Amino acid sequence: MAIAFTLNGKSTTVDAPPEMPLLWVLRDELDLKGTKFGCGRSFCGACTVHVNGEPERSCRMPVSRAEGKEITTIEGLSEDGAHPVQLAWQEIDVPQCGYCQAGQIMSASALLASNPAPTDGDIDEAMSGNICRCATYTRIRTAIHRAADIAQAPSATSHETATGAGGSEA
Amino acid sequence: MNAVDKTGNLSRRGFLHVTALAGGGMLLGARFPLDGARGAFAATADAETALNAFIRLTPDGIATIMAQNPEIGQGVKTMLPMLIAEELDIPWSQVRVEQADFDATKYRGQMAGGSMATPMHYTSMRRVGAAARAMLVEAAAKEWKTKPEKCTTEAGAVHFKNKSLSYGELASAAAKVEPPNPRTVPLKDAKDFRIIGQEIPGVDNPQIVTGKPLFGIDVTVPGMKYAVFEKCRVHGGKVKSANLDAVKASPGVTDAFVVDSTAEAGSAAPAPSMFQVGLPNGIAIVGDSWWLINEARSKLEVTWDEGPTASQSSEEFDRQAEELSKQAPEQDLRNDGDAAGALASAAKTVEAAYQYPFLAHAPLEPQNTTAHFHDGGLEMWAPIQTPQFARGDLAKALGIPEDRITIHLTRMGGGFGRRLYWDYMLEAALIARQAGVPVKLVWNREDDTRFDYFRPGGYHYLQGGLDEAGKLTAWRDHFVSFGEGRRFAPSAEMMPNEFPQGFVPNFALQASKMPLGIPTGALRAPTSNAISFVVQSFIDELAVEAGKDPLQFRLDLLDSVPAGTRTAFDPQRMKAVLELVRDKSEWGKADLPEGTAQGVAFHFSHRGYFAEVVQATVSKEGELGVDRIWVAGDVGRQLVNPSNAVNQVQGAALDGLGQALDQEITFEGGRTKESNFHNFKLLRIDQAPPVEVHWVMSDNQPTGLGEPALPPVPPALCNAIFAVTGKRIRSLPISKHDLSWA
Repeated sequence: MAIAFTLNGKSTTVDAPPEMPLLWVLRDELDLKGTKFGCGRSFCGACTVHVNGEPERSCRMPVSRAEGKEITTIEGLSEDGAHPVQLAWQEIDVPQCGYCQAGQIMSASALLASNPAPTDGDIDEAMSGNICRCATYTRIRTAIHRAADIAQAPSATSHETATGAGGSEA
Repeated sequence: MNAVDKTGNLSRRGFLHVTALAGGGMLLGARFPLDGARGAFAATADAETALNAFIRLTPDGIATIMAQNPEIGQGVKTMLPMLIAEELDIPWSQVRVEQADFDATKYRGQMAGGSMATPMHYTSMRRVGAAARAMLVEAAAKEWKTKPEKCTTEAGAVHFKNKSLSYGELASAAAKVEPPNPRTVPLKDAKDFRIIGQEIPGVDNPQIVTGKPLFGIDVTVPGMKYAVFEKCRVHGGKVKSANLDAVKASPGVTDAFVVDSTAEAGSAAPAPSMFQVGLPNGIAIVGDSWWLINEARSKLEVTWDEGPTASQSSEEFDRQAEELSKQAPEQDLRNDGDAAGALASAAKTVEAAYQYPFLAHAPLEPQNTTAHFHDGGLEMWAPIQTPQFARGDLAKALGIPEDRITIHLTRMGGGFGRRLYWDYMLEAALIARQAGVPVKLVWNREDDTRFDYFRPGGYHYLQGGLDEAGKLTAWRDHFVSFGEGRRFAPSAEMMPNEFPQGFVPNFALQASKMPLGIPTGALRAPTSNAISFVVQSFIDELAVEAGKDPLQFRLDLLDSVPAGTRTAFDPQRMKAVLELVRDKSEWGKADLPEGTAQGVAFHFSHRGYFAEVVQATVSKEGELGVDRIWVAGDVGRQLVNPSNAVNQVQGAALDGLGQALDQEITFEGGRTKESNFHNFKLLRIDQAPPVEVHWVMSDNQPTGLGEPALPPVPPALCNAIFAVTGKRIRSLPISKHDLSWA
């Protein structure tokens, strides 16, 4: 069945069984490997993408539901990796294994789009569906605050090394 | 190696060789033994001559350094090149890092495990960089007709008086220089470090944050099919018959067949420790879409030969352990003094039974491997911590020579010990061979949870004795574990010198075992992650019974080693971290509200000294919140990359917290009951407290950080819960206990 949607700003048509989850259409039909398979049951958030700007677990979303929607994946979050969340993630040196981080970044960018200055409590609430098995949670919080700052003052953008990333303090 | 290579110092202790690059520049390789290599790592005959580093220096001044070890999230792909770049004296911005494939003829110690990378490579990698620098200096000195000693290096250039030449300009000339002896080449003084000790972000971060295909699960090869593998839910069970025709008719399925590798394994069977329940046996489904073939599994109707493990269950293990605890122990692991006599004459005694569950590793990237047979060999892409051991076993099981197997090392989406084992690699190879096409085998989460090499559960029946002054005089532990005869199941053993051995005059460690048909293995900080909970909780019980402050009781115990006694670790280093965490957490001084308390624990593992305080709040209704964790660690005189060091420690501490709070794997009828993250619960951000990390920079060799910060957290948390509620947690996870108090 042909299903048409906008993917990372481009109109896209795929021929796939309607019940196939969007995750597998992205990964195996469209060769966009950035969106990750973790659990297949929306428990872990590794597969998070934006659907019309809202974070969604693509592992449980039948591709038929993408019809006519705007889908954004980690590959389309920015042209060149310069989204404030992507910059902050590098500056704070968040990743360990890195496997969950695309999903974390998609959830974090959706949070900041609706709440430009989230508190730790807002972050915990918005991000609790995304598991990081390496438990980089301390830095995820720090990086979301940093991304909020970058978004509000783009000139403050810095590619410098992660001075005080997590620091000795929490 | 290449006959035209210029090779220096062909001593048995190691040498370097250099090659001129066709387009200008130099390629430097190094062969020499690793620091601290021992045991399994030193077993190979070529140990002393394997190449273990590569630097490619091109005329543009860029140094490309091969990262030889598998990257699992421990930061090694950044850390090892930092060591080389430091001594090369080149700005980090001019360094590129490439992941090396597995190649035992070139590299040595290509493995991830045991927090070994820092102790194994800290000096040897620096020597490689220092040797390259010396060659560049010599090339420059020749050009300027001066002595190398009169030249200096800085920022990727050699300087002499007012002259300077960049490394890029010198690279081709340096390729003609005789390499120095790497064992005598001078190394920098730590005060001159420019890269070591700096916070360097992970080299793959730009690719990770933009979703580039770095992981095993992202691999594609031309003509590839996907595969899934259905195994008997009872560990070790085998296929009798299946409705393969019905499955083959399912959408997206191109092939389905039984894999029974036991039939083909001859006398050269792979290591039994890796295939504890036999070689792969199950049903492979192959097709064009992973999702479709995974869906097709629901159509399978299989008759299984479940085998003997079908009678094993967690309930039965609990019952057997209880029974064994009442009998004389099977074996003595250690006997100092007279524990029984000392307990009988002690002023006070404490008895307690402790228990911890089996655990899964649950790396977020499910197990996978891409396997392609071509040109008489096997090419594989796999997330694997131990490629060398894996290749040896695969060669035996498949009956093909080791040198016909190529393993490409992919970035790993976590491992925590799971990818020390290569069962999924053999499955992929067997399926690819039988299917006659390249296949990518991907497990689903349920496979990954059910078919792990679990952290084994265990039972400890403890007795402790105190004298009139509250000093510990006797310790007896009857450890009921898994195994048969003298052999413990993998990672189900206990070191005879486990703390408090050596710190108490009368010490008895005894063991009994139950047979186990379920695979077990190393989980991050193996044995320590469980033993620490038992020992450091029981120490707390004894401190309470002695009427002492639990932290001071530990300091006193660390001071109580008789002169000349050998202990498993240096008591003074442990005291230092304990005192630091006491001060940083304001132990005993902080004015805490009712319902909030601190607990403390320490543990030595993987050469690291860690003492930690957990502050927890428990409501009267029993709701638990963890407020903060303080960590004090000592891993020697130098943190190579402090950014990653803090990240590893925070992650390890929170990993320990997740285990303690809510993790448990149970068995029924030989089957794993848990299946996915709803019933095997990983820690989430809203459960993660701040983790403060502090260091004691002792004058000792730098050691690793992947593991040793984990073990103190579960007991420190349980000790904090006791301090609030008066309830002693003697079995994990904590979620099974009612914590309400009044």
